Amino acid sequence: MSDPTDSIDPFDGASVPAHTGSALTRVLGLSALAALVVWALYGLVWSPPDREMGDLVRLLYVHVPVAILFYAGAGIATAASLLWLRGRTPGWDALAVAGAELGVVFGALTLLTGSIWGKPTWNTFWTWDARLTSTALLEVLLIGYLAVRRVDPSPAGGSVRASILGLLLFPNVIIVHFSVDWWRSLHQPATVTRLDPTIEGDMLVALMVGMLAGALVFAWLLVHRFRVAWLEQQVERHDLDAAVAARRAEGGLSPSTSTSTSEAQPA
Amino acid sequence: MSTATTILAMSDGGYLAAGWLGAIVLVGGYALMTLRRGRKLSRRVPEGERRWS
Repeated sequence: MSDPTDSIDPFDGASVPAHTGSALTRVLGLSALAALVVWALYGLVWSPPDREMGDLVRLLYVHVPVAILFYAGAGIATAASLLWLRGRTPGWDALAVAGAELGVVFGALTLLTGSIWGKPTWNTFWTWDARLTSTALLEVLLIGYLAVRRVDPSPAGGSVRASILGLLLFPNVIIVHFSVDWWRSLHQPATVTRLDPTIEGDMLVALMVGMLAGALVFAWLLVHRFRVAWLEQQVERHDLDAAVAARRAEGGLSPSTSTSTSEAQPA
Repeated sequence: MSTATTILAMSDGGYLAAGWLGAIVLVGGYALMTLRRGRKLSRRVPEGERRWS
């Protein structure tokens, strides 16, 4: 099993700047910015208003991509949790927390844009509909996942418990996605994830450009957040080593022995 | 006419502005926070352990 950190650019021997950026993130970031501009132009200017929804359809060019990325964040957290439980490789744990945190951000955005769209369309910001309720439940589960990690950040405690909770995230994505088919729902059924999408022309292009731009932003954020999680692991290890060395020095013992449980390197 | 004026002139322009600006502010804020955390943590880790540059 390979560590996800294997894809990180190898250390080239030059002075290393103190940040999480690299050539990869610069390419991703610039591509994301360009795609965001095209997305805004298509979503707000070039695409026509909908026959029934009017200009409100333009909110869906944000809502649908962020909802799919919300699913992606939860899916990444589940897959990485499973892989971490199998091999205890620190990189998978870092990827799981990165996916979960991005899931929380995009989940909040899904609920926010959905509520803003719901007010003029359904005349309410919120209703206890199956899709809305299951989406809110998934968001709460993701927040719970991050909270469990904070209670006990050690790999032996918090990471194990959080990873077990992480296994529940993707099954909930399936419930959220099919909730509109399984129960009577005010929310419209699938529009673009079916083989014959129910929108076309510039409106479909606007949505697809939105998904591409959203995916690029998500990937850029995921790489940065993964590296932050990696750095957190390294700082924790160094702090532990320093504390043990200090205690050993107090007791007159040699401080050279490392007590770290994590010795993996990012490249 | 600026883009903001164009949006607000649309039917339900206030909702559109709230949705699009909310997305930009939330994701942009989170991105800045993540970059800041990365910078702060990077200074506490030896160069050899942040090999992605």
